Amino acid sequence: MSDGAASNGAGATAGPGAGLEPVIGLEIHVQLATATKMFCGCEVSFGDPPNTHTCAVCLGLPGALPVANARAIHYGLMIGLAMGSKLAPRSVFHRKNYFYPDLPKGYQISQYDEPLCLGGRLADVRIHRVHLEDDAAKLIHVGSSGRIHGSDASVVDFNRGGTPLAEIVTEPDLRSPEQASEWLKLLRTTLRQLGVSDVNMEEGSLRCDANISLRPAGSEQLGVKTELKNMNSFRFIERGIRAEIARQAKIMADGGQVVQETLHFDPESGAISSMRSKEEAHDYRYFPEPDLLPVAIDEAMITAAAADMTELPAQRAQRLERELGLSADSARLLAFRGELGDYLEAALASDADPPPEARQLANWITVELVARLPDGEDPAASRVSPPALATLVGLVGAKRVSAGAARQVLDRLVEQGGDPHEIVEAEGLAAIAADGELAEIVAAALAANADAAERMREGNEKAIGPIVGHVMRETKGRADGGEVARLVREQLGI
Amino acid sequence: MSASATDLLELSGAGAIEAASAGSVTAPELFDLYRERAVEHGGPDGLNCFTWVAPEAPEGVPVDGPLSGVPLAAKDLFCTRDVPSQAGSRILEGYRPPYTATAVSRLIDAGAPLLAKTNQDEFAMGSSTENSAFGPALNPWDRTRVPGGSSGGSAAAVAGGLAPWALGTDTGGSIRQPAALCGIVGLKPTYGAVSRYGMIAFASSLDQAGPLTRDVTDAATMLAHMVGQDPCDATSLAFPEQIAMPRAEKLDGVRLGVPAELLHPSAELDAAALQPGVRDAFDATLALAERLGAEVEEVHLRHAEHALAAYYLIAPSEASSNLARFDGVRYGMRAPDVDDLLDMYTRTRHDGFGAEVKRRIMLGTYALSAGYYEAYYGRAQRVRTKIAEDFRQAFAGVDFIVTPTSAGVAFALGEKTADPWAMYLNDYFTVPMSLAGIPALSLPCGLSGDGDGPGGAGLPVGFQIAGPAFSENRLLDAAFALEQAIGFDGSSARV
Amino acid sequence: MIERDEVLHVARLARLGLDEDEVEPLAAELSSVLDHIAKIGELDLEGVTPTTHVVDVTGALRADEPRPCLPREVALSQAPAAKDGGFLVPSPQA
Ligand SMILES: [Mg+2]
Ligand SMILES: [Zn+2]
Repeated sequence: MSDGAASNGAGATAGPGAGLEPVIGLEIHVQLATATKMFCGCEVSFGDPPNTHTCAVCLGLPGALPVANARAIHYGLMIGLAMGSKLAPRSVFHRKNYFYPDLPKGYQISQYDEPLCLGGRLADVRIHRVHLEDDAAKLIHVGSSGRIHGSDASVVDFNRGGTPLAEIVTEPDLRSPEQASEWLKLLRTTLRQLGVSDVNMEEGSLRCDANISLRPAGSEQLGVKTELKNMNSFRFIERGIRAEIARQAKIMADGGQVVQETLHFDPESGAISSMRSKEEAHDYRYFPEPDLLPVAIDEAMITAAAADMTELPAQRAQRLERELGLSADSARLLAFRGELGDYLEAALASDADPPPEARQLANWITVELVARLPDGEDPAASRVSPPALATLVGLVGAKRVSAGAARQVLDRLVEQGGDPHEIVEAEGLAAIAADGELAEIVAAALAANADAAERMREGNEKAIGPIVGHVMRETKGRADGGEVARLVREQLGI
Repeated sequence: MSASATDLLELSGAGAIEAASAGSVTAPELFDLYRERAVEHGGPDGLNCFTWVAPEAPEGVPVDGPLSGVPLAAKDLFCTRDVPSQAGSRILEGYRPPYTATAVSRLIDAGAPLLAKTNQDEFAMGSSTENSAFGPALNPWDRTRVPGGSSGGSAAAVAGGLAPWALGTDTGGSIRQPAALCGIVGLKPTYGAVSRYGMIAFASSLDQAGPLTRDVTDAATMLAHMVGQDPCDATSLAFPEQIAMPRAEKLDGVRLGVPAELLHPSAELDAAALQPGVRDAFDATLALAERLGAEVEEVHLRHAEHALAAYYLIAPSEASSNLARFDGVRYGMRAPDVDDLLDMYTRTRHDGFGAEVKRRIMLGTYALSAGYYEAYYGRAQRVRTKIAEDFRQAFAGVDFIVTPTSAGVAFALGEKTADPWAMYLNDYFTVPMSLAGIPALSLPCGLSGDGDGPGGAGLPVGFQIAGPAFSENRLLDAAFALEQAIGFDGSSARV
Repeated sequence: MIERDEVLHVARLARLGLDEDEVEPLAAELSSVLDHIAKIGELDLEGVTPTTHVVDVTGALRADEPRPCLPREVALSQAPAAKDGGFLVPSPQA
């Protein structure tokens, strides 16, 4: 699923090497797709002029009080159900106290020792917890300003402040940068499927921190971990983690000690810098938010959340494996890249003549078709309609078109679309019938490759290569490989 | 002033409503009458009980509402749209909010025009109104003494006749104690009965808005137009019944519980320094209650002696977080010529907060900080649980629990500012009810000789009556019956 | 007894600037208050659940329906410093 990924990226190395194993855990903040903010009625927005979506509550005006958004809790429960988490009997918020200009109240309303969802897993990664909180505002650096004596200045835009966030924390179950970004893609697909977030990294609706440590391969205990902050694209996540692994590996190789700290990855330079400021270690002074009473999570809320669930990628992979007999890998690929799965199911639904075999069709989609489309393009957006591919694969299955010829047909379909039958007709790509014509061509091939024929009689199977090659050249690949081999043996009497 | 004006000023809120509806006075007349007096006597040259007085009668107040025509004074910490709302703090000097607190807007919607904002201890932290950035308010009974606090401006204004009634807030006694020291009625409702939306927070789990009035009927009248669930306050509750006008004349069968420590010598009480004159007035009121048919019984609030300690951990802890928003970014003051972000924070908060607020922010930050949480905040919350249980058990045997509101009468300006704990002891009798979230009312029950007011005149003593959650109707009824029997006359305090 | 450096640490957490001559008195006042408070340390509170809210009902939630926001000029009207439609502050990075 992640071939070639190991070669891009600043400061990249293939891996830690020296028998070291990376241990990676992710902390993901997802903006929930609610209409309004977590604790006030301001509309959630993106890209609007600064401070046009604020009110007494999300500006932290004196006397204003938070009231929790019911849909945010609903979405939180859906995420918990999707991960198979243990849902808390009540939703309790805590105050996380610290000072920062993007934090209007001087505390973030978050969850502490009673997260909404505890445990669970997504694919092969265990979930530690999922909790709800409100997002910080946006700080825009404006350079030096006459109005601020001495120092550089920033302006605060509170439009984003108060947007509902789900913080998803995994167990340290990931072992490579590629696996991390692949799993993150699965998470994105899952959250999209659920409809709880538009998970758009560019708009910052999905933000990811990574906890990274190295340990001797096979060792059970964890090494000293560092936290790599706010990587805002899948590429950066992969590159950032790889760079940090390399950094730690070098420290260890040089006999040094990795220090626990928070780090920042600069995608441009690929450099990793410490974010530890001159300030003292944080002491967030968590305590129960007195402005919000605990909310009981009752059956009705859980039933409502369950009712809004759709089939999730992991479940879909299992179904494709079960119902269509696909291989586990193929099923995962089709399910985790949901658009491929949709394409497959659309193709199967079309009453193609002749009907394709599901496993073969899945192969043609994930190998042949994907390879012919721009990276990551949805095949539904291509010129190849699902019924067309279904028909083509059906023809291959019925041996009416050879695999080689079918590839040429697919090239045409990708270029200009159309109906496989007509293309086969027009290009004369129909398989040659075993009797008559093909037999003659095989006979000619044997004559032309007498020595190879001889070696075959002596039992050298490999010698069939040049003979078949000759036939394929003659037939421009329209002959069925199996048929040719059968005829060769028949005519050699072996 | 003219006799008729005097008569008008002696009208209670309810009385003024009647007079207005009877046509013997118009709403504008009443407002102007009070406005003139507020300007003349409510400022720094007078009682200093007001931090703002309306320049003219406000627009858009219903003229045919149940409270129409009766001007309202509201504690400074209530946010009032486009009107200074400063919580008695420098850090909010000149701050004009874009919205009005629910409790205030409900009274305005009922017809009460906003007359003035009242002086208070900064962020409601204090018991004397000496911790105000705008200078101390004075007690109309004796201007060398404090009116109590933190709602001291509201209490002084009502007692001094500069406002017919006023809104205050009570976190550990901030309505009841100033009401007691100024000889008026003060009611702290059940926690959650009145919305906190728009009240500049001190301690969120304790703060509650309530009326300060000349009599019990006015307290009921105001409360009736304040209670109710507010979609903007997740901790507010629908009041289970209509607030009725108190009518009771007797206390037949009413069981009054007196905490054991008030009936026997106790170290705690010695610490709280209950003054003899206060005890006399309290005992006399108990005797009067018995004559009205009440039964007086001893109750045991076993953890009450720890209430003050729990309170002075919980309230400052919540305050340290509630006051973090005063950072010089979005409103209020910012220290001039800041070098960097940290400098902006530390100097703004250094210059903006007064000594007591700093003290409590420090105490609360310390109590919540790593390593201390369980020993302090955590324990305090467990003590709070025990105190609430004590009250539940007590109320299984009695209808109300009664105590003096304050151990002493109004004290001299500056008398207790040196020793924080001496000041905190003012809350000794009022804090337990706050921790339990139950309603409590302070009723003027007489004058104490100890105060030695001017010309040897006594100073008011408050009688505190507390009931179970949402027992306000019964509480007001009992207080009304006592009030009629006591016949307290506060007119000598009028300016 | 609260030590001087403890006072400075807590003041830093609270972003509270203290003048040199404020530190010692504050240490003394906090210490004496904490001495009075220390009494609750003697209580046996084993198994007692802490009370965060006295009202024992569960909280109300808000329907996910937009409500009007403040006009920007109103939001910014009380700001000590504003620029480009935002609240102007010293840069945290600075
Ligand atoms: Mg978070
Ligand atoms: Zn808002």
